[in-house]
Amino acid sequence: MLDKIKDFASWFFVTGDPLIYGADIAIALTTLAIVFVLTYFKKWNWLWREWLTTVDHKRVGIMYIIASLLMLFRGGVDALLMRTQLAFPDMKFLSPEHYNEVFTTHGVIMILFMAMPLMFGLFNIAVPLQLGARDVAFPFLNALSFWLFFMGAMLFNMSFVIGGSADSGWLAYPPLSELTGSPGVGQDFYIWGIQISGIGSLMTGINFIVTIVKMRAPGMTWSKVPMFTWSVLSSCITIIIAFPVLTVTLALLFLDRYLGAHFFTMDGGGNAMMYINLIWMWGHPEVYIVVLPAFGIYSEIVSTFSKKRLFGYGSMVFAMMSISVMSYFTWLHHFFTMGSGASVNTFFAITTMVIAIPTGVKIFNWLFTMYRGRITFSTPMLWTLAFIPCFVVGGMTGVMLSVAPADFQFHNSYFLIAHFHQVLIGGVAFGYFAGLYYWWPKMFGFKLNEKLGKWAFWIWNIGFYVCFMPQYFVGLDGMTRRVSTYGWDTGWWAMNFTSTIGGFLMGLGFLFQVWQIAHSIKFMEKDTTGDPWNGRTLEWSIPSPAPLYNFATTPMVTDRDDWWEEKERIAAGHKPKAKPELEPIHMPKNSAIPFLQSVCWFAVGFGLVFHWLWIAIPGFIGVFATMLAHSFNYNSDYYIPVDEIKRTEAAARRSV
Amino acid sequence: MKLATKMMRRFGALALLGGTVLMTSGCQSMIVFDPKGPIGAHQRDLIYFTMLLCLIVLVPVLALTAWIIWRYRDKKGSKAKYQPEWSHSTKLEIVWWGIPIAIILVLAIVTARYTYMLDPAKPLESEKKPITVQVTSLDWKWLFQYPEQGIATVNYLVIPEDTPIRFDLTSDGPMNSFWVPQLGGMIYTMSGMSTTLHLQADETGEYMGTGANFTGRDFGKMGFTVEAVSTADFEKWAQKSKESGTALTDEGYQQLAKPGTSGEVTYASIPDGLFGRIVHHYSMSRGAPAGIFEKATTRSELYEGKPAEEDTTIDDEQSGHSMDDMEGMEDMDGMEGHDMSNH
Amino acid sequence: MAHSHPHAQHPAHGEGHYGHHDLEELRKFGFWIFLITDCILFSALFAVYIVLHGSTAGGPGPKEIFEMPGVIVETFILLTSSFTSGLAVLAMNAGSRKGLIGWLIVTILLGACFIGLEVTEFVKLAEEGHTISSSAFLSGFFTLVGTHGLHVSLGIFWISAVIIQLVRHGITPVTKRKVQITSLYWHFLDAVWIFVFTIVYLMGVM
Repeated sequence: MLDKIKDFASWFFVTGDPLIYGADIAIALTTLAIVFVLTYFKKWNWLWREWLTTVDHKRVGIMYIIASLLMLFRGGVDALLMRTQLAFPDMKFLSPEHYNEVFTTHGVIMILFMAMPLMFGLFNIAVPLQLGARDVAFPFLNALSFWLFFMGAMLFNMSFVIGGSADSGWLAYPPLSELTGSPGVGQDFYIWGIQISGIGSLMTGINFIVTIVKMRAPGMTWSKVPMFTWSVLSSCITIIIAFPVLTVTLALLFLDRYLGAHFFTMDGGGNAMMYINLIWMWGHPEVYIVVLPAFGIYSEIVSTFSKKRLFGYGSMVFAMMSISVMSYFTWLHHFFTMGSGASVNTFFAITTMVIAIPTGVKIFNWLFTMYRGRITFSTPMLWTLAFIPCFVVGGMTGVMLSVAPADFQFHNSYFLIAHFHQVLIGGVAFGYFAGLYYWWPKMFGFKLNEKLGKWAFWIWNIGFYVCFMPQYFVGLDGMTRRVSTYGWDTGWWAMNFTSTIGGFLMGLGFLFQVWQIAHSIKFMEKDTTGDPWNGRTLEWSIPSPAPLYNFATTPMVTDRDDWWEEKERIAAGHKPKAKPELEPIHMPKNSAIPFLQSVCWFAVGFGLVFHWLWIAIPGFIGVFATMLAHSFNYNSDYYIPVDEIKRTEAAARRSV
Repeated sequence: MKLATKMMRRFGALALLGGTVLMTSGCQSMIVFDPKGPIGAHQRDLIYFTMLLCLIVLVPVLALTAWIIWRYRDKKGSKAKYQPEWSHSTKLEIVWWGIPIAIILVLAIVTARYTYMLDPAKPLESEKKPITVQVTSLDWKWLFQYPEQGIATVNYLVIPEDTPIRFDLTSDGPMNSFWVPQLGGMIYTMSGMSTTLHLQADETGEYMGTGANFTGRDFGKMGFTVEAVSTADFEKWAQKSKESGTALTDEGYQQLAKPGTSGEVTYASIPDGLFGRIVHHYSMSRGAPAGIFEKATTRSELYEGKPAEEDTTIDDEQSGHSMDDMEGMEDMDGMEGHDMSNH
Repeated sequence: MAHSHPHAQHPAHGEGHYGHHDLEELRKFGFWIFLITDCILFSALFAVYIVLHGSTAGGPGPKEIFEMPGVIVETFILLTSSFTSGLAVLAMNAGSRKGLIGWLIVTILLGACFIGLEVTEFVKLAEEGHTISSSAFLSGFFTLVGTHGLHVSLGIFWISAVIIQLVRHGITPVTKRKVQITSLYWHFLDAVWIFVFTIVYLMGVM
């Protein structure tokens, strides 16, 4: 019996690497510590009532952000492991198979479990407040989206200690990702982790489209919608068109692996090129999904910290919408070198270049927002200012990559790696950091320490250039991505070593951010105004943190930067806008179903990964049961009485 | 505030300086900028052209950014204009829609021309008869067959200079990509089909070749060398190879196709039509039973106690690449130092 | 605070009263967006099928294995169920709960017949040795048609749940919206089937 258990454990758990044993112990200790703290402080009930079952968009947003920062840590550690392995030629720090797992999880985590949830977190925090709404259109669905993402991420991350991680690259090209190339369960963890969280992303896309289209405050016509909200709309439109393709692609890969279908296999007439087309039909729009909201954040911040209206509003909206449409017509530029023929390559090269036009226009509009403004350099603005040169250079190398015949020399080399990290870090991560710093006071009611924030900013930025600029050159020197080691004779050492130093600097920058957050929690500098940056849009017109119902009375919008204009009017001696009488506020009740249903989905995924139908089938039944339970529940909302609103508002005002 | 802008300026200057130094010193040594064949040379020219075009936009935009940030920073007594309501100018917007459109138009025309000109499937113009090399990417090694010479090699290529080479490429396993940067850009190798790439070396020398699309565990060991030699030396080498190496048979090929790394190998003969069989039969016969009926495979089963180095399929003692004992080929001696594919 | 601002009296779009949106309208709009995503899901599956329909790996192609009479019967059944689902909505609009429930039951019975025939077809194919793992063409076929079948099955369960709620609560704004959405879903599946019928079966045997 004991031997049997031992055999099972050595089969089930990942073994054989001191790094992994270390991680095992760390995970076990952290889990124990969390359980202990929750029990000791009697917080289980609090956790369940206030967080696990919440449908409040602000809390869901905070949970997204916490989860994504944890994932940023894990993805970052992966990155540093890789950079350590590549610091010197012929390094034996990671074995090739371990290196392959590390870069695969790095890519998947950074895009799908870091960038996406951080983005959704900011959607949740800011969009309803910018619209003057009480919540998103479907709060229940919103919580479900979060928990699906969370369980998907957990499933994917679990492969680190159980069964082994995926190791066929972040997009898992077949036939490598088929059973012939990747017989291990890591690939199935990949499929189900992404599939489950992908369903959540799709629902978020639907949710925010409906929210933005239908729940704008009275008076907020399309030409008065804040730019971040516009960017969320364009991103969500891209989500609803792109994500179903991902769902199908992963499902087909699963059918290949599980039922022996022949969609992408080498035998049976399968067509691996089709997978590559399909995955990039999602994958390329995905890049725009994450970058468009960042554009929106920059727009808000540039205008706020230049104390000036956003320049070229109409152009900005048009540019974003055209980017979101055009992003579907460029996917083939990810494989110009597959031999599709000159005509096809020319078509996709040109569509790719064309996207540079609206993107360039946006840069000019941001610059001219600052022109004749008054620029202050708070941390959100610093990240925005760092973004501009970084993104312009990254965009330019992107244009270079889009020139199909030249791409034959760039493709899959470190030149490409440098390019996409420059647009994804310089464009997306910088934007989300800016947004996080910007909306932090609104989320938590206190500001982050500016001094530490500036240290973090400069270390990050210097680290970024030190890390990625050399990669352009080492790419042009013939180094291809995903090689786990290289020889002294290649002449790549100096560049790689420099790059590693930069990578660790970015890691240090992240530590400074953690320090900044810890420090700011300790020496809490309360935001008593609700409007710490002298903001322009509606979210700054309410106390920080926003009360449960956001707006005691629904705001009446009359201008584009409504709150700014209101402040101007008041400063000019006019009376503030009239507010209607308080009325009881209709709110959704908390629900345990999103959490429970996601746990069931987790069971489905886990059972299918290990071919254990005795887990998967009860999981499926649980999913259906929870769906039915929700459908039959007619008691899902309540009213906040006027008295309580008065009390809450008075308390918020008192702190003002 | 002041500190921030000052730091930013200094940092900008530093980055610019560093960038220029790297660019000017780097361009000389980077192999993509040091092509030894017509395709690579065209691609280098095209890259220079696009870079120049990008710099025309990049430099003014960066300068403008720096100037605007400097000029309109919020300081006491700033004399710069402040127009918080100014948010639209049709004229200006026409300018910055116009500039990128014009640049992209130029670039699009150039790209279209070059795409057709450098179509990898298009034969190169030359007085000399092209030589065909059939390339197969395997787990984790390259098989090069010379159907006209009736020989084959693993992980190294010898080609005559000034002669167009027609590469027919396929894969018996995951997709890879065949890349010899100094001769020209890459093309994918895919199972069940054959792609074509035309390259040529203009001078003799030894060039680095590599697989560029990830194929699994020992992908990093899929480098190979390309030796461009004179036509006479090529003939000599082919003759020598025919006489010395072992024969490649279909069974031998199946052995070779098993996952594992390899050193450099020379085969004295190849079976007729092997390449076609790889494309249409062998690679299409590689399947696995449906997972549902099998016990799941975990990492422990795959890798436990099995270091990557151990299962090398081909021992290069037995049929090693024997170039350096050939006459009149002293210039090949450096090759030993460059075999990044060897264990 | 109680003074009025000139613009404030005219909200630009019509809510009943401030901040309380018509939830049923929101849900219907959301469902339309969901249908777009489902549409794209099916488009991807159709594209996959079209790419693979010639890759039979030496096995039989569409002509050899499709039996049209059964498929035509399936088609008529599903079209009829779409019609009865429309009748159910008409009955609901006329305020007849009995009519509504009756027609919904007819609809799901027809749906169940459709699924029954489809399962029979699949089982027969499997018995002849044509399974999802036989060739790329059959993988594409079983997945596309099967996904539609799964959608229909889900629809049957969903409408059943709505029927129970109608029995319990009668025709309320909530149940009304639920009937409208399920009916929309059902018509959508019908439209998808028309494409399955044309692209997979008709073009397959022609």
